[in-house]
Amino acid sequence: MLNLSRAAADGAHFVEEVEKRSGQRLTHCYQCGKCTAGCPLAFSMDLMPHQVIRLVQLGLREEALDNKAVWLCSTCATCSTRCPKNVDLAALMDALRIMARREGRTRKGASTALFNRIFLDSVRRHGRAHELGIGLQHNLRSGKPFKDSDLARGLLVRGRLKFRPSRIKGAAEVARIFAEVKRMEDGQ
Amino acid sequence: MPRTGVFVCWCGSNIGGVVDCPGLAAEAARLPGVVISVDEKYMCSAPGQNKIIEAVREHRLNRVVVASCSPRLHEETFRKVLARAGLNPYLVEMANIREHCTWVHGPEPERARVKALSLIRRAAAKANRLQPLSGSRIPVTRRCLVIGGGIAGLQAALDVADAGHEVVLVEREPTLGGNMAKLDKTFPTLDCSACINTPKMVSAASHPNIRLYTWAEVESLTGYIGNFEAAIRQKARYVDHEKCTGCGICWEKCPTRVPSEFDAGMGDRKAIYIPFPQAVPNKPVIDREHCRYFKTGKCRICQKLCPTGAVDYEQEEETAVEKVGAVVAATGFSLFDWAGAYGEYGYGKYPDVITGLQFERLVNAAGPTGGKVRRPSDGAVPQTVVFVKCVGSRDEAKGRAYCSRICCMYTAKHALQVLEKVPGARVFVFYMDVRTAGKGYEEFYQRAVREGAVYVRGRVSKIYRDGGRLVVKGADTLLGRPVEVDADLVVLATAVEPAAGAAAVVRLLGVNADQDGFFQEAHPKLRPVETHTGGVFLAGACQAPRDIPDTVAQAGGAAAKVAGLLSRPELVTSPMVSSVNEALCSGCLLCVPVCPYRALEAGVITERINHHPARERVVVKVNTGLCQGCGACNAACRSGAVEVRGFTNEQILAELEALCL
Repeated sequence: MLNLSRAAADGAHFVEEVEKRSGQRLTHCYQCGKCTAGCPLAFSMDLMPHQVIRLVQLGLREEALDNKAVWLCSTCATCSTRCPKNVDLAALMDALRIMARREGRTRKGASTALFNRIFLDSVRRHGRAHELGIGLQHNLRSGKPFKDSDLARGLLVRGRLKFRPSRIKGAAEVARIFAEVKRMEDGQ
Repeated sequence: MPRTGVFVCWCGSNIGGVVDCPGLAAEAARLPGVVISVDEKYMCSAPGQNKIIEAVREHRLNRVVVASCSPRLHEETFRKVLARAGLNPYLVEMANIREHCTWVHGPEPERARVKALSLIRRAAAKANRLQPLSGSRIPVTRRCLVIGGGIAGLQAALDVADAGHEVVLVEREPTLGGNMAKLDKTFPTLDCSACINTPKMVSAASHPNIRLYTWAEVESLTGYIGNFEAAIRQKARYVDHEKCTGCGICWEKCPTRVPSEFDAGMGDRKAIYIPFPQAVPNKPVIDREHCRYFKTGKCRICQKLCPTGAVDYEQEEETAVEKVGAVVAATGFSLFDWAGAYGEYGYGKYPDVITGLQFERLVNAAGPTGGKVRRPSDGAVPQTVVFVKCVGSRDEAKGRAYCSRICCMYTAKHALQVLEKVPGARVFVFYMDVRTAGKGYEEFYQRAVREGAVYVRGRVSKIYRDGGRLVVKGADTLLGRPVEVDADLVVLATAVEPAAGAAAVVRLLGVNADQDGFFQEAHPKLRPVETHTGGVFLAGACQAPRDIPDTVAQAGGAAAKVAGLLSRPELVTSPMVSSVNEALCSGCLLCVPVCPYRALEAGVITERINHHPARERVVVKVNTGLCQGCGACNAACRSGAVEVRGFTNEQILAELEALCL
């Protein structure tokens, strides 16, 4: 049985943290469901987008962080654009992903979390994404070495996938951005 | 001999686009009694009206049939046309070939034509038998009775009095103010209820045009529009208000404590009391049921201490008679007695499950806790407060099907008040829908949410005690999960229902009540402050659940209607009322109980038949001031003696013959 008074007491800090990270006021949401109605990925989610925000409103940290939905969200921001109360749910989802990763609650979104990590790592190192490297790493680390390999051949033949990472001018600046972000995060 | 003119209206394409109007007119010309039949694009327009007037003069018409729209729309228009043409206005008959024909039979023009012709034939048959009618003139007593001294009655009384008419204001409680006086703050502006209500109470009491009766009830009302007579029973106060100065020694020293009705049981009062400090009049009454002197014959403390000798145990109730021309019912509302119905909420046995009105008394600075939110059981400040909406409302099994309309807003207000008065408090509101239709209302509700009230969509299934806390079990239907809350105080938004005793007032005024016991208005949209009984008007929550802004607006509307009625020295009644053919009336009086307006009563006539000695005989008499022309008596009369003028048996049978044969 979900005890709302206990959840509110236990989750007060959580609600504050989500508000701070996302810059959203949770009480603004009146649960109309328009976010869910327009979400292109809702069909594959275990919780509907409006339910995610409801769980946060009620202070239910574990359920709000430990679900597939936050990882399936692609940040397309259809919800944010259409919300009648101007709640940026995409930003909220971002905040929840960050918090989930910090708390190690990535089990239900393991593949997405892994991809995000490899992708960012690639950008950090090369200044832009190296698609082949990302694909190979992701396949190896997720234990599915031949996933999508049939597509790779065609892309390679047409020159759409490069064996070597391409160089960009501002690679050093990009690396500095990453370093700065890390500094900020560590400083927190 | 009837000389009838038939006037067929095209109503643009409304009628003319479906049936052939000139053709209809040509066929109508052959009907019995018809001397001329013409068509016109818009009969109600100035050229159309002139066409009728010219035809009346040219063809010496003495009956007119207009085949056009519903008589509801234009019968009055064409009556005026006849008057301008020099005919009695009641010699017009309308055939509704628009609403009853072309609008509904558009796809079948030929059948529509046949039906239109039948309708015209019917109207012509009746027109041939129409008789000139004229209404009677009745004088108007230019005074108004207002029943109920809450905000509705106060506003209506003040508005009528300000319009220059005398008002008799009757309140059954010892003070004016009604339910509004018990409230703390009022949504959505949070102004204090007493601050805006008590000045009205004082104005009403001191207004030169208002005669005030408190602690009094209307016993009976006789008469009819413009000429009512009300018997008002002044209950015994056992205090001579002429002598009393309202010093307060009596209620200070009275040894008997009784739960206060005004505080909804949250506090006490004495046996000699004023309900609250700003009561108007600010003079006490003795509650005979609880007074020690009346129970035991001993005590007399108040009498001994009264410096002016105002306490009078021998005082008796009195009845006053007031003549008025109009009545405003403003009897207000009571709250649904939830305890008997809601076993799952504890049957009222948990002291910390209270109603919204009780909560009002708790947060009211003049209330029993001095405005501190303290729960009744142990006086502790509640940290978690749960509000439950729709207790009795929208619950057909337990209470009533309707929405009580005020609860969403006052619950939002209560939630805000808890959050403001109890730092760190948690507030949960269980709701089914949040209905905030009013200026600034939705914004107010959102403010409560922003301040931290957690709204949970779902009904509460059970409230039970577990140790020192109350467990409220409900569901969050947005999450689709059962939930529970550990609460220190639970506030139920109980349904609004007609005031206790409203049914008796409904009977005494001869008006109707709806299925829920609220006073029935004459028309839900177009005559919302009138009743079917002429001269009786409605204001406030006696008609339907209503908040203060709407109540004040409606009371002003009722007052405008009253002022309109009282501004005329006499009234012309509708002539289309019942009349009795005394020669046929057998005096069975079967018609008397069927009359919903109490317009019929037995009378005695003296008659002589064929040189026999004169004798007295009972026949029924119609009070044309009360009669609304509904025809129930006509249907009940076995000898065909009672008929509604303008709808006589002969006329109706002629119509049937024209339609069916």
